[in-house]
Formats: sequence, C-alpha cells, structure tokens
Amino acid sequence: MTTVAAVRKTVLNETMRKAGGKMVDFHGWELPIQFEGILKEHAAVRNSAGIFDVSHMGQILVTGPDSFKLLQKTNANDLRKATVGKGVYSHLLNEKGGLVDDIIAFCLALNRYLVIVNATTSTKDFNWISGKAGKSNVKVENKSDDYSMVAVQGPNVPKMMEIFAPEAVKLPRFGIVEKKIFGEDCFISRTGYTGEDGFEITAPHSVIVDIWNKMMELGKPYNIVPCGLGARDTLRLESGYLLYGADVDDDHTTYESNYGWVVCLDKGDFTAKNILIKQKTEGITRKLTGLTLKGGGVPRTGCKIFKSGKELGELASATYSPTLKKGIGVGYLSEPNLKPGEALEVEIHGKMVPAEVSKVPFHKGTAFTFKL
Amino acid sequence: MPKQEEVKYTKTHEWIFVQGQEATVGLSDHAQHEMGDIVFVELPKPAQAVEKEKPCAVVESVKSAFDIYAPVSGQISALNEEAAKEPALINQSPMDKAWLFKITLSNPDQVKDLMDWNAYQDFVKQATH
Repeated sequence: MTTVAAVRKTVLNETMRKAGGKMVDFHGWELPIQFEGILKEHAAVRNSAGIFDVSHMGQILVTGPDSFKLLQKTNANDLRKATVGKGVYSHLLNEKGGLVDDIIAFCLALNRYLVIVNATTSTKDFNWISGKAGKSNVKVENKSDDYSMVAVQGPNVPKMMEIFAPEAVKLPRFGIVEKKIFGEDCFISRTGYTGEDGFEITAPHSVIVDIWNKMMELGKPYNIVPCGLGARDTLRLESGYLLYGADVDDDHTTYESNYGWVVCLDKGDFTAKNILIKQKTEGITRKLTGLTLKGGGVPRTGCKIFKSGKELGELASATYSPTLKKGIGVGYLSEPNLKPGEALEVEIHGKMVPAEVSKVPFHKGTAFTFKL
Repeated sequence: MPKQEEVKYTKTHEWIFVQGQEATVGLSDHAQHEMGDIVFVELPKPAQAVEKEKPCAVVESVKSAFDIYAPVSGQISALNEEAAKEPALINQSPMDKAWLFKITLSNPDQVKDLMDWNAYQDFVKQATH
C-alpha cells in the first residue's frame, strides 16, 4: 500500500490561480511556476517591480536569555552583526561543517530572534536548533504553520512601500521592522532572493490576501506583475544566491560553497569550527564555481563540466540567464582554484559546448549597489 | 502558411504540412504554450537524413528541453534560420513565422498515420487530464 502525501496549499493559492498562475508541486507545496512567462516576470523584477508568494518559507522563533548564545553556537556567521532591528544571512552548520540550512536570523528585540528558514528544511532546522539548546534558558518554536509570506522585489518597490509603510523604506539591507498591518502583527524586512532592492512581508494567514492585493494596487503605476518559481530561480541564480538542496546540503561546507565570507572564525566557539579552520588553512578539494556558456544552448542541473577533456564535476544549478542572454550555472569542481575566464566545456545533449569560469554573482542588481 | 486544421500532428507535438513531396514541420501551439518562453533552438543539419519518430532538433525554454522528432522519414530540404536566431518567434508564431524545417519525403504513406486536428485535440485533452 502506498500513501501519497497531500500537496500543501498556501493561503494565497486561490489568489495565484485567479491571477493566472500555472501551478506545480514544488517539494510538496502547490505554487505557481509562472504566470504570463518567466522572461516577462524576470524583467519586471530587474527593471521595476514583481511580487512572489513565498508562504512555503519557514519561521522559527528563538527567545529567552540564552537565545543569542544558542544561535551564535549553531551558526557560521557572527550573530553580533544582528543588532536589534537587523538580520544576518548565515549557514546553520552540522558537526561536519555541512549545511543544515541557509537562513536569515533577525534580532527583533533583545533575546528575541526570528529565523527565516527554507520550506523543505523547516522541521529539520527546528529539531537541530532545539536539540542544541540542551538545558539552556531558551525557547525554540517552529512558527512555520502560523505565517504566510510575500516578497515584493524590484527597483521601484521602495516607491510603493513609501505609501504603505514609510518606516520600512528607511531600513538598511537586512533591516526588519514589526508593524501592525490590517490589525495584525507583521514583519517587514529589506531582504529578498532576487538581487534587487525590495521587501519581504511575513504576516499571519488572515491578512496575507489583503496584503497581496494592496501591493498589487500600489504597484500598478510601476506595472507590478505576479511572479512564479521560474523567475525566482533565474533571478537568484544570476545573483549567485544558493539554493538549498541543489547548491548546498548536509555534505557541503560553507567554504566549499564559496560563501567563505559567511564564516566568522573570530567569534568564539561554534559547531564544526575546527573543521572550517582546517579547510581554511589546508584548502578545499572542491568548490562551487560559476560558469558562463560561450556557445548556444541551455545548461541544466546534472550536465557534466570538463576542462581540457578532464571531467571536473557537474552543474548543481543552471539556467538560461534572461539578463545576460546566455547559459549560466554553478557546479562543484574538483579544481577549486580556477580563475574567471579559464576555459571549460559543458556537455549538453551529448555535445561539448565551450564555457568559461565566471565571477559569481553573474549580475549585480540594486540589492548589491544599495545605499540608503 | 496553413491553418491548424489543415495540418497533421504527432503525439510528440510536431505539426506537419505536406505539399507534394515536401513537408513543413514545426512545434504545435499547444506545446509552445506548455513550454513557456523558448530561448534556444538547435535545427537539424542541412540535407540531413531524418527518420520517422527519431529526434532531429531541440527546442529549449527557460525551464525545459524538448526534443523535436521527425514526423516522417526523408531528407532535410530547408531550415528556418530566423527561428534559430530568434527562438521567441516559436512562442509568437508557431504555425507561421516559426516553422522549423522542411523534409523531402521518402515515404509519403507515413503521413496517413498522423493525427488530424480533431484527433490531436482529443489527444491533448487526454494527456492533460
């Protein structure tokens, strides 16, 4: 006998369908892969404004006198950077230095942290963090079922937000503000997964449809469009953002994923610190490396990567880049010290297509050039 | 160029319009719609011999790759370089500007096995429900 797990629907499901969303099963969540088209949605976010239902994302609340200590111990990044009203992007590490998840930890108040985690890993993350709490004075709660989330992204989004929540427009990158929206306690953070300036709104289910509709209304002058998972993926890959489960997982470390800037070795003890120190001093044997196709074709996950005929690895994530109008991808290569411009080949449909090592991010949007 | 009703269809979503010994082949409107934004086309080689139901070209959208199968056997007699240069044409005009290639038929009887418009409509309905 087999049992099929029911596909979970976000509160915005009906709204997505009515807006023309082409729904797919995304790791057990029914979400739109696209509306009118990935290229149109991608361009809207790069040039003006787009809105995404990201309600599948998880929320873990860590509170109490030892909350800082617990997060500092389980994370590669330094939680001291997350001062009140600010968040920090970090890697939650296992004992081998691999990633339990990649997360953003926001400090809402002293001894009160909101951790935004990936959908597929929220239970695993919750178990991991609670497991590390031991007898310390801290409360870890998985709030993932209590919140919905929308991401409003693009260079014109601050102009829309000026009307809706002027305090949010004053936020720095990774800033967060708590705000009553339609009578409910919500969070607005200046974060996103697109490489453009913008905000993510975390809200109780009861008000998320109203928030979505309000954003669509405020975005009208900027031709805001609803965007799906397709555009979310092309936007994040151009920006060099990691996709958990594809680019990183329990078996790849922060250094191997080429996110060494996340590791703060000078912050005191944390999980797997000794392993990361060893990798930093002795070097790594594989590194997540960016490449750009020089020939035509669309690289895909799993395509093999060669250098002068020698196989070095395969693509973890790859796509056609709508901004650069060519194939891009990242993959773990067994030669970790390649320089941008070095020649590679990618095997696509049995043919060797010329490529070269690329700097990551492939494209820097307004999130990278952000100034208050 | 032909109307949808005037051409034959394959189960792999190519359309084929036969005029005498030559047939024009493209991707069905249903298939282009399902694929989404098309960004790359690899056409067959000039004068390449093609075999019925064997892949001879590739069309790729942002999200997926799609093999194009020869609806009939024969030899490639023309290629639409415009479609290769501007793959978005396949989304905009799959039955007209974005035909993909022409085949000189080696066995015209093979056309009889293909679906007409109504049969293809039924086939698409069955496949999607």
